[in-house]
Amino acid sequence: MIYRPRPSPLHAASAGVAILWCVTLLTAALVSANPIWLATLVIVVCGAGVLAGVSAQMLACLRFALPLAVVICLINALVTRDGLTVIWRFGDLPVLGQTDVTLQASVYGAVLGLRAVVIVLVAALYSVAVDPDDVLGLFRRFSFRSALSAAIATRMVPVLLSDSHRLADAQRCRPGAPAGRVQLLRATTAGVVDRALDVAATLEVRGYALAHQKPHPHQDFTDRRPTRRLRWRLSVGPARARATRQDLGFLASAVAVLVTTLLGRFLDATSFNAYPRLVLPGVAITVGACAVLAVVSLFPFLDRRGVGS
Amino acid sequence: MTLVELAGVTYTYPGAQEAALKDVGVTILAGEMVVLAGLSGSGKSTLLRVINGLAPHFHGGSFAGEAHVAGLDTRANGPAELAAHVGTLFQDPETEVILGTPRAELAFPLENRGWGSGAVARAVEETALALGIEALLDRRSDTLSGGELQRVALGATLVGRPALVCLDEPTSQLDPVAGDELIGLLRRLNEDTDLTVILAEHRLERCLMAADRVIGLDRGRISFDGPPAEFLEWALTHAPRLVTPGAQMLAGVGLDPVAGVKAGRASLRAAGYRFGSKSGASEPADAPRAREPTEAPSTAQAPRTARSRRSRDSGDAPALRFVNVWHELKAGPVLLRNVDLQIAPGERVALMGRNGAGKSTLLRHAAGLMDPTRGKVQVAGRVALLLQNPGDYLVHDTVDAELRGRAASYEHFGLAQLAKRHPRDLSGGERQRLALAIVLGHEDDGPPPAVICLDEPTRGMDRAARDELCVLLRSYEGAVLLATHDPELAAEFAQRVVLLAEGAVIADGTPAAVLGGGIYFSTETARIRAGLDALDHLAANAALLPAQGVAVLKDARAAIRQVGT
Repeated sequence: MIYRPRPSPLHAASAGVAILWCVTLLTAALVSANPIWLATLVIVVCGAGVLAGVSAQMLACLRFALPLAVVICLINALVTRDGLTVIWRFGDLPVLGQTDVTLQASVYGAVLGLRAVVIVLVAALYSVAVDPDDVLGLFRRFSFRSALSAAIATRMVPVLLSDSHRLADAQRCRPGAPAGRVQLLRATTAGVVDRALDVAATLEVRGYALAHQKPHPHQDFTDRRPTRRLRWRLSVGPARARATRQDLGFLASAVAVLVTTLLGRFLDATSFNAYPRLVLPGVAITVGACAVLAVVSLFPFLDRRGVGS
Repeated sequence: MTLVELAGVTYTYPGAQEAALKDVGVTILAGEMVVLAGLSGSGKSTLLRVINGLAPHFHGGSFAGEAHVAGLDTRANGPAELAAHVGTLFQDPETEVILGTPRAELAFPLENRGWGSGAVARAVEETALALGIEALLDRRSDTLSGGELQRVALGATLVGRPALVCLDEPTSQLDPVAGDELIGLLRRLNEDTDLTVILAEHRLERCLMAADRVIGLDRGRISFDGPPAEFLEWALTHAPRLVTPGAQMLAGVGLDPVAGVKAGRASLRAAGYRFGSKSGASEPADAPRAREPTEAPSTAQAPRTARSRRSRDSGDAPALRFVNVWHELKAGPVLLRNVDLQIAPGERVALMGRNGAGKSTLLRHAAGLMDPTRGKVQVAGRVALLLQNPGDYLVHDTVDAELRGRAASYEHFGLAQLAKRHPRDLSGGERQRLALAIVLGHEDDGPPPAVICLDEPTRGMDRAARDELCVLLRSYEGAVLLATHDPELAAEFAQRVVLLAEGAVIADGTPAAVLGGGIYFSTETARIRAGLDALDHLAANAALLPAQGVAVLKDARAAIRQVGT
């Protein structure tokens, strides 16, 4: 689950635009609980992964996300008392008390699970398709003075993965019963914080917090035209000074996804009520909104000019 | 010109009971190359972090006294402001190379300072050429070896042309070749560009000869400040664990300790010792001033060549056997090439080679963490593997919990008294011992492992911790396969040395045979005495450690007297 440069439109887009596009997909997942809408988002994000050439990583992530969704669904079904249609009576259980599983709580649990899947998949897509170096530069541009926050934001996933692999290998070398999952998770998390501190210390001594302060005398000012200063600079380095066609495409897509989401909400096309009874809007209007969402989300992937073979 | 001026600096980390630096006052001039010497916990790293401003700005804690670096007060100026004057290189290159390519890594500090693209590109190119890393610039950082990563990190440290660089054990993860290259490079930069270098290092034999000055630290206080030769003289009586092997040998025959191979040989020549034609004509000269011979540390022992050979030649079933083992990546390089190796029960084998030679991969195959793509690995029981980072084994809240409530039975590991401590609060040496105890297991877990494999267990350790680990390993009756970059450790501990290169075994023999005549993969004692005319040439070639070197020198002295009469 580590970023690798690939010839894909998403990889070719600047970090700022790619992050914006990912954030709009997350927003779309958070503002609506409509299961058809959320299922569409799962398909859209998986499709984006395939079109970005990272299908293997997305599949690996899906293997982790689906069991998580099932757990969320089960928990919601067991702990929520709302809903009118009882589909299973467990009777009086220790801790939980009188436990009736309702259809509504089960469906809403599935919706929450689906939403979790979207969030995990979008995070995975961000990790494998957005260059962390560009993100670091972007943070610097916005004057994030804390090197630690930058280190955690840009390096968390790769560090977490490499540490968890190392930890897993070490645990395989222990004789006797293996350590519990919770202990491993705690150790990995603690290790990530330690490593993030090391990376942050390196960022500090490389002058990260100095960004956006006084220019150095060595700075060249060969192009000081006002238009250049006003032009978008959504990423770092001279090669990214102008917005590429991928930047424009994903920016347009992000705006379109946002508009579709808001319109869907405003027109009641993506609404959903689980309690006390399941209430879905007309399927046709929902499917229409979902189709629009899929098209506007994925259309930037069609333009592969300038991204290599 | 004064570059660093500390006066009465006392610094305590947040939550620490004791100050890491106590009333430290030191002045460092521009153009000096300074080595910080001291055992673990002596305050070397903290002193560097005070100079680069990480203490207290990044770490927090309490700070007293005055610290000025390049005219800036470190209380008022943080690490970012000081970065224009102070470059810092830490121990672990993996956390120091942050960006995806070396080119981006080198450009990063300059971009932070607002340099323009033209100036950045020029500085990156020039620095890469100076460090010989121009071919690496556009490779992915995660494809670089440890040595390459460390050079890239050094490049990122130097690219802004700081007046001062602080290096915290930069060679601890490097093979002997890369380590020597790095020290040589620093010396060259120091001489060519007047760069001031402050280097904290445990392997003093590697860097003392390049230094102008040594600052000794002991429990947060400066215990010595002077030239390397005087430091060694002082250390012989005040801090024996900081004495280099070459100095131990010279002191053992009554000569003044000096730093480095060249100076050591010159000292021997001046004392009348003869070297063969390879080393130039012997130059009997005035004998140096007389001094009482100092006993070399008794940890040294003669190579147990007979036992090693017997173990391998006997018909006993090997404890571990690699039979034509290959490991070829699907779309990548060959990690192991036809490794055919066997280790007898009870044999102690050191595995050496450059970074990326395949040492860790071989150990992983032994422990079953990796499977060969061709060939097979045969083991006569369980294989315990201690990986590079002992912290990876520690997942519980107390030492006792790590040992499943049986810490009391690990008295000989020195863990019984640590039972209630959190594993993360232990020192590096204590963590290593705990991890070793974990992988060895308890007798309730079944029979002890037939083989222990250790992957660079002494990196970043001082000599005291290293010796403790050696004592523990010697008490173990099974076979030991130890990957290390430290020739001194290999010579001291192993009965046999296996040298790997690009996944293949290129040398396999006694420590004397493999390490005796080398330049990089050799001990300082062996390098100093190379070419020495001695009565017993076999013993001379086998002399890898100070005590053995002393014996050979006495033998050579007798030969000189014999010729004289």
